[in-house]
Amino acid sequence: MSISAIQPVPFGRRLKRFMADRPLIPLIILLVMLVVILQVLRPGIVNERWLANTVKFAIPLAILAGCQTMTMLTGGIDLSVGTVATMSAFIMATQVVNHDPAVAILIALVPAVLIGLVNGIGVGVFRVHPLIMTLGTSLIGTGCLQVYQRTVIASGAKIPPFLAWLGTGLTYGVPNALLLFVPIAVLIVFTLNRTGFGRLLYAVGDNEGAARLSGVRYWQVITALYVISSVLAGITGLLYIGLIKAPSLSLAEPLVLPSVAAAVIGGTSIFGGRGGYTGTIIGALILTVLTTLLTILQMPEGARRILFGLIVLFVTAAYLRIIEDR
Amino acid sequence: MTTNPLLDATGVVKTYGAVVALRNASLSVLPGEVHALMGANGAGKSTLVKILTGAIRADAGHILIRGEARDVRSPADARRAGLLPVYQEPSLIPDLDVASNLRLTGTPVEPFRAWVRELGIPDLDIRDIARDIPLAVLRVLDLARALAVEPDVLLLDEMTAALPANLAEKVLEVVRRQGDSGRSVIFISHRFVEISALCDRATVLRDGETVGVVDIEPGVEERIVEMMLGARIEKTRVTSRQASQAASPGDSRPRLGVANLRVGTKLNDVSFDLANGEVAGVVALEGQGQDELFAALAGSIRPSGGTIEVDGQPVRFAHPADAIRAGIAYVPGDRTEALTMQRSVRENIALPFSAALRNWGPINMRQEGSRVVSAIERLQIDTRAQREVQRLSGGNQQKVTIARWIAAEAQTVLCFDPTRGIDVGTKQEIYKLLRELADQGKSVLFYTSELEEVQRVCDRVIVIFGGRVVDVFPVELADEPALMRAAYGLPRGAKEDVGILADIHSSPVAKP
Amino acid sequence: MTRLVRRQGWVAGLLVLFVVLLVITRLIQPGYGSGDFGSLVRAVLPYAFAVAAQTIVVIAGGIDLSVGAMMALTSVTAASMMDGASEEYALFVVPFVLAMGLVLGAVNGMLIVVTRVPDIVVTLATLFVLQGAALLVLGAPGGAVAEWLRATIIGTVPIPGLPGISAWIPKALVLLVVCLCIIWIPLKRSKLGLSIYAIGSSELAAFRSGVPVARTKIIAYALSGLFGAMGGLALTMSTGIGAPIPGPYLLASVAAVVLGGVALGGGKGGLLGPIVAVFVLRLVRTDLTLLAIDPNVTAIIEGAIMVAVVMFGAFITMRGRQ
Repeated sequence: MSISAIQPVPFGRRLKRFMADRPLIPLIILLVMLVVILQVLRPGIVNERWLANTVKFAIPLAILAGCQTMTMLTGGIDLSVGTVATMSAFIMATQVVNHDPAVAILIALVPAVLIGLVNGIGVGVFRVHPLIMTLGTSLIGTGCLQVYQRTVIASGAKIPPFLAWLGTGLTYGVPNALLLFVPIAVLIVFTLNRTGFGRLLYAVGDNEGAARLSGVRYWQVITALYVISSVLAGITGLLYIGLIKAPSLSLAEPLVLPSVAAAVIGGTSIFGGRGGYTGTIIGALILTVLTTLLTILQMPEGARRILFGLIVLFVTAAYLRIIEDR
Repeated sequence: MTTNPLLDATGVVKTYGAVVALRNASLSVLPGEVHALMGANGAGKSTLVKILTGAIRADAGHILIRGEARDVRSPADARRAGLLPVYQEPSLIPDLDVASNLRLTGTPVEPFRAWVRELGIPDLDIRDIARDIPLAVLRVLDLARALAVEPDVLLLDEMTAALPANLAEKVLEVVRRQGDSGRSVIFISHRFVEISALCDRATVLRDGETVGVVDIEPGVEERIVEMMLGARIEKTRVTSRQASQAASPGDSRPRLGVANLRVGTKLNDVSFDLANGEVAGVVALEGQGQDELFAALAGSIRPSGGTIEVDGQPVRFAHPADAIRAGIAYVPGDRTEALTMQRSVRENIALPFSAALRNWGPINMRQEGSRVVSAIERLQIDTRAQREVQRLSGGNQQKVTIARWIAAEAQTVLCFDPTRGIDVGTKQEIYKLLRELADQGKSVLFYTSELEEVQRVCDRVIVIFGGRVVDVFPVELADEPALMRAAYGLPRGAKEDVGILADIHSSPVAKP
Repeated sequence: MTRLVRRQGWVAGLLVLFVVLLVITRLIQPGYGSGDFGSLVRAVLPYAFAVAAQTIVVIAGGIDLSVGAMMALTSVTAASMMDGASEEYALFVVPFVLAMGLVLGAVNGMLIVVTRVPDIVVTLATLFVLQGAALLVLGAPGGAVAEWLRATIIGTVPIPGLPGISAWIPKALVLLVVCLCIIWIPLKRSKLGLSIYAIGSSELAAFRSGVPVARTKIIAYALSGLFGAMGGLALTMSTGIGAPIPGPYLLASVAAVVLGGVALGGGKGGLLGPIVAVFVLRLVRTDLTLLAIDPNVTAIIEGAIMVAVVMFGAFITMRGRQ
């Protein structure tokens, strides 16, 4: 379909193709560059403690970005992850006062499953745009959480010590959170590459019509996907509260926008069908380092949002060019 | 030809990447003439029309309008130059009422109303929303809208398709009078009856090239058919195969039984059987209902009537998954419909394995690998660029779409024009493959737009015209001229010496 | 014809629903009077403009996720410009902010046309950018508003001799009607308005009919930005300050557009339906509050209604496509 057979492939095209094939290498280069800039601006800042801290803060972001990666592979997005994470964290922290931590965690994950189910049915069966659908459920979720807060206002909240240990603790200088993150990351990567479900996520996002002709039922895939995404967000909330240690009603909200940006930077196409989780993890690291950098440069929150918005737009437009070039 | 042409296009070239849509097309239309533009499927008619009307731009070529070179960049430019098209699908805005549609295009209302009455629709309310108006009426309104601005050149694409007989008659009458009043009409049609009754001359396209301009006179349709086919007539007579390998008649029940199938207005009352071990060809001009037939059999759309039986059991498909469970696989004509272009060859071939809920778990990579590899080997897919299907050549992409169903061991394969736009070598391999499948007892329904393929591959040919089965050929009789005639709705018995021009009214052409 | 009847019937039905809700409100709270109606209209005002902004884009076949952020940015810009400034200075601020909305909206449209990235992604990105810009202008709620501007939405329009009726015509309602009509009526009657419906209904048919598709799309987004700026001003006028974090205007606007009979997908509907729909949605909230339901529960019910409406709309669109 292309005329490339006739003429030599120009450099720009080769570069694009390289970027499309090995998105990880430029990402790692970018990450290293950012760390170097940081070191230049604040000599001595990059040390073992900083490294552990960066990893600790990047992990919740990376898991939420995993939700975005999986939904974006199908051409969707999940904006309710922030609310879901907040809900599960808050509910767990308040339920643990009266219940066994394990029971509290199970209770905390119930709303996550419910919201995921509603998202999945809305997107998969009713074909609401995922953006609108997940925005709506996150609004409802926030409302529910506020009502819930009234009922538990007297009982107070606490954070189980093992979650604090998991969220903030270090063992031999290595963050304990990796104990949770590594299995999750391996599971996501394995699911995407080596299971039928993962194949279907790519297939549905790449060409829904072709998937349909192959006998794939869209609503099944989408419903399962959004439930999984929500459960992951719920788990992130539990981890994140161990890190922040202060339950609030907007705990994980600030992570939503960066989670989308991390997945986009990591090479997952917002149009679906292209991308993977390893890129997303590096994307989350890049954003965490970038945030440190912006803080050092005393850039206000507003500038950060503008930057993230521009990144999403620019990267998406660039990917579109790469795809169209074929 | 002493008068200067109103419209004169020469040397028009248009390529899409490596695909050449037009290589050297020309069209010259004299004032006051009704000029037919003809060509087989994919000859480049629609590309030429799009260029003339400013919808796309040509890569090379000259277009003179009244002797002046005009650069037609948009439909609005074409309109200003006096060139107005009426497309097959009406271009009225569906959610606006007729009056607003007229205002949008700057069409005067009174002449429009006059034309609408003239065309046989006395009771139009121009406040009706276009979406609520029946398709046939909508096409007539589109024509009236074009006529109302008195264009110098009117371009009609399959104008009478989907029109009931009374409206079609009025339309033809009006078109003829356009010619009489010194304006020109370019008339694209698959119907010889209309062309012979209406047109003065015809330009014939083949493979993106103008191969001849002929005056319309009795008996000319044979020459036009020859021109559309080119040198291929001689060639195929040699390669025709006998249906000796065809399915043994001992099979009691057909693999697939279709009875009285209807889909909307596109497909009417189609019945046929498909036996095990048989390749049945489907031949039809573009848009005669074959798309709907295949989509209904594949479970993509629901038929509005009739029955489908698989191995004697009546079935209803609500989703392609149901058809697949019944062993029916569909290979669409457009490869981009079937493939996940950014994924690997392996994933594309293995896609149906993962579809069912119980197969969502971990994949047995070794088992999958061996199935995929055997399918790849069987089809000899070039896997050098297997990481992304979109980097494969068209022919290899097409092989992947078929390999998927060979790996899945589908019992019945519906192939919709699988050789469109691919190289000759691959075509041969696909012919061989389809025959092999049949020899293994599988059944294949094979629509093709290239008539010469029929005798290479099929055991039997079903010809569809206007949504109906008009003829069923045994392969021995299915040479290209016969098929072409049948596809144009010409009766099988009509001989060259008689010609249908001599006797228009007795021709059994199905007018919907 | 039937469709015309059905569409007008839909709007009429909404109006009836609104009146019924008013009656119910009277039943719940016998003291509900003109003053309460006035505050309802003031509360609706920013929502109504957000809905207008969304409506015009949806009719053109797109969607604008940046509506809320646009309102936040214009609101904080107006509030911080008027902070400590003279009353007359506001005469300059208002047209400046409106022009800003128009330009930013046009930028949205141009990005969509030039990058060919789907509108939902582009406006998501601009949502982030505008939000960030709003935070840069004003880090926390603050600023001020000229007194005369506040006065334009407080109180009622006096009609000499008819005090009974005039009490039910709040200034805010008049302002809303005037602002919408000044743009919408000429637009609806112009060829540009037709073109906006045309590109939303069928881009291909519009192109073949000679409509300049790209230009029309940009203008639709520019007008949406203008309405968004009006919403931002209304927000500042009714609260007296500017807030950099937008309220739930995006979802509310989409829900009202769907409830108002404008198909997500484009080409259909008008402005009246969504505006009536937003009144209905706000009145439901008022009624829930009057029933002494916990405001947080009210928020949940409201959100659930909006999501249900959007799901219903998507379902209808899907059916229409098949």
